[in-house]
Amino acid sequence: MPILEVKNLHANIAGTDKQILKGVNLTMEKGQIHAIMGKNGSGKSTLCSVIAGRETYEVTEGDILFNGQSILEMSAEERAREGVFLAFQYPVEIPGVSTSYFLKAAVNAIRQHRGEPALDAVQFIKLVKEKQQMLGIKESFMNRAVNEGFSGGEKKRNEVFQLAVVNPLLGLLDETDSGLDIDALKVVAEGVNRLHQQDKERSWLVVTHYQRLLNYIVPDIVHVMIDGRIVKTGDKTLALKLEENGYDWVEKELAVTA
Amino acid sequence: MMSQIATNSTDDVLPAWLLKVQSAGREQFATVGLPTGKEEAWRFTKIQPILRTRFAPAEPADGSNLHGQYTFGNEAGVEIVFVNGHFSPELSKLGDLPVGVTVTTLADAASGPLAELAQQHFGSLINVKKHPFAAWNSAEANDGVFVHIRRSVTVEQPIHFLFISVGSGSPTVSHPRILAIAEENSEATFVESFVGEGGTYLTNAVSEYVVADDARIDHCKLQQEAIGAYHIAAMQVKIGKQTQFVSHAINIGAAISRNDLAVHLGGRGGYATLNGLVLVGGDQHCDNHTLLDHAAPDCPSHELYKHVLSGKASAVFKGQIHVHQIAQKTNAKQSSKALLLSDTADMNSMPALEIYADDVKCTHGCTVGPIDEDLIFYLRSRGVSYEAARHLLTYAFAADVTRRIRVEPVRRRVEDYMAAQHGLPQDIRINDLGAFDEAVTR
Repeated sequence: MPILEVKNLHANIAGTDKQILKGVNLTMEKGQIHAIMGKNGSGKSTLCSVIAGRETYEVTEGDILFNGQSILEMSAEERAREGVFLAFQYPVEIPGVSTSYFLKAAVNAIRQHRGEPALDAVQFIKLVKEKQQMLGIKESFMNRAVNEGFSGGEKKRNEVFQLAVVNPLLGLLDETDSGLDIDALKVVAEGVNRLHQQDKERSWLVVTHYQRLLNYIVPDIVHVMIDGRIVKTGDKTLALKLEENGYDWVEKELAVTA
Repeated sequence: MMSQIATNSTDDVLPAWLLKVQSAGREQFATVGLPTGKEEAWRFTKIQPILRTRFAPAEPADGSNLHGQYTFGNEAGVEIVFVNGHFSPELSKLGDLPVGVTVTTLADAASGPLAELAQQHFGSLINVKKHPFAAWNSAEANDGVFVHIRRSVTVEQPIHFLFISVGSGSPTVSHPRILAIAEENSEATFVESFVGEGGTYLTNAVSEYVVADDARIDHCKLQQEAIGAYHIAAMQVKIGKQTQFVSHAINIGAAISRNDLAVHLGGRGGYATLNGLVLVGGDQHCDNHTLLDHAAPDCPSHELYKHVLSGKASAVFKGQIHVHQIAQKTNAKQSSKALLLSDTADMNSMPALEIYADDVKCTHGCTVGPIDEDLIFYLRSRGVSYEAARHLLTYAFAADVTRRIRVEPVRRRVEDYMAAQHGLPQDIRINDLGAFDEAVTR
């Protein structure tokens, strides 16, 4: 059974007629890494948000199946507890709430959903240390307010760190590479790769603008998104071709077939 | 309005200076009366229900139940308890005063060795012409607290003023009064608690704090009046050279509350922090008027007021900063923030800066708004429920003030209240929340 099936998905900005997704089809098997590439405004980030359950978008047609089950009626938190994790393009700052408190609340909400006992403070710290070690994160931002005063790179690293701690079935990386210098990019990518190697069952949907990230996180399948649809699907060489030639040739191809 | 004033049967035992303050209050009150609500200073305060009510002087009552709930017990060095405005020697804890500390009723102060000091300062800070309710208080001032801390004395545990009100069938009023004098280089913590239960009553409090050079004073006010009560309070503080004065004003109870808090920075390098937290819902109304009166050079002041409003609650914050011409190098920061948990809650923030010196730094800012939906989504996307996310963000918003409160029993009480009101996802306490922005105050 595929981990994710997006079927003819149409979505508007809630309360408006502005359509962003215009019939997205996408199937991901367990353990695969998929990349979605596309220009700004093509709908890549919207797709991530809609899968994660953001209510600022309204699904008008189609379906999203996660592990064979439709998740359209689920709230964002229910989807998270089922195993969807969105690494944000723009992680928010939460003044006054420490990463430690926040993550513990998240982990225990998910464990409770799975019928597992809540982690106590000691078990939680052990888990955190283990993941920090795995990701090569030395400094601790556990006692700092979530993302407050963090640089762009620190925020993205914190996203991957949270992902590691939460341990989802499907990781949605929404332009996790944007705004990162090459060193920060490597740290983030290596983190994802380690998580991938550790658990081959885990699946990844990597949304990016640039091929650069895909040098480090090597996708099984690459999709091109234009104007709210996935218009082309190929292997990792497609990403290289897009990097070299831009998106114009895809658009021309479309015009010919249309 | 004269009719509101009780016949004072204890006149004969009161000293002349106290009677003088009383008669000045009476005269002012008889001439001007209570505000009508049209005055600039009262325009935004919902005082009409108070004006419509006739209050009888509150009779002594049994406050032991509320005392049990609100006493600081061993955490207070001194606890002086008033029930319905009447000093309660049974409930008070006045033994074992540190050397150099005097805590008595005003009446006793008048006959004691510090009578001259009491006479000099009583009524010296509060201007009854500017505060009509304070005039009423002065007219009735025959019982109250007098505190004196001698030069270089450090009082380690809080001095707790606990004003208990027990409402009866018909509306009553009490007029709490505090005069505290902290001499040079002394150090102390004062807490004013106002608690109550039962029917409609009005607490009309006045407190004056005279703080000399180099003293360090921590002040907390915790207003947890009964939900149907009215609370009006004027607090005047005068600080000297290099004095540190830190105030935390927490307003939780009362149908209508109005606090006037003024600090006069009269000596070079004096430092004042005024922080506030307003937690109201339903039909509650809370109004805070603060004044930082910078009358000396090199004085920093910090002010952070946070409001959490739900239901149809409304709040007013008017933050005046007055920088006199002499007060060069003033560094005043003011910030008012409000979190609206419903569409029907209402916040009115009014910074008022008057600056007559040319080399100063004064900033003010205010924000009013609902909980940021982006933050809620972020938390939900990690598996935290919608309700828990809202509660957590509300708690964190308030904790920005709560965590700065250095008086443990006060902080704990506010935390307990928050935890009970805004049920939290885990057994969370402020220390769990981690680091905060330290920009606003130290």
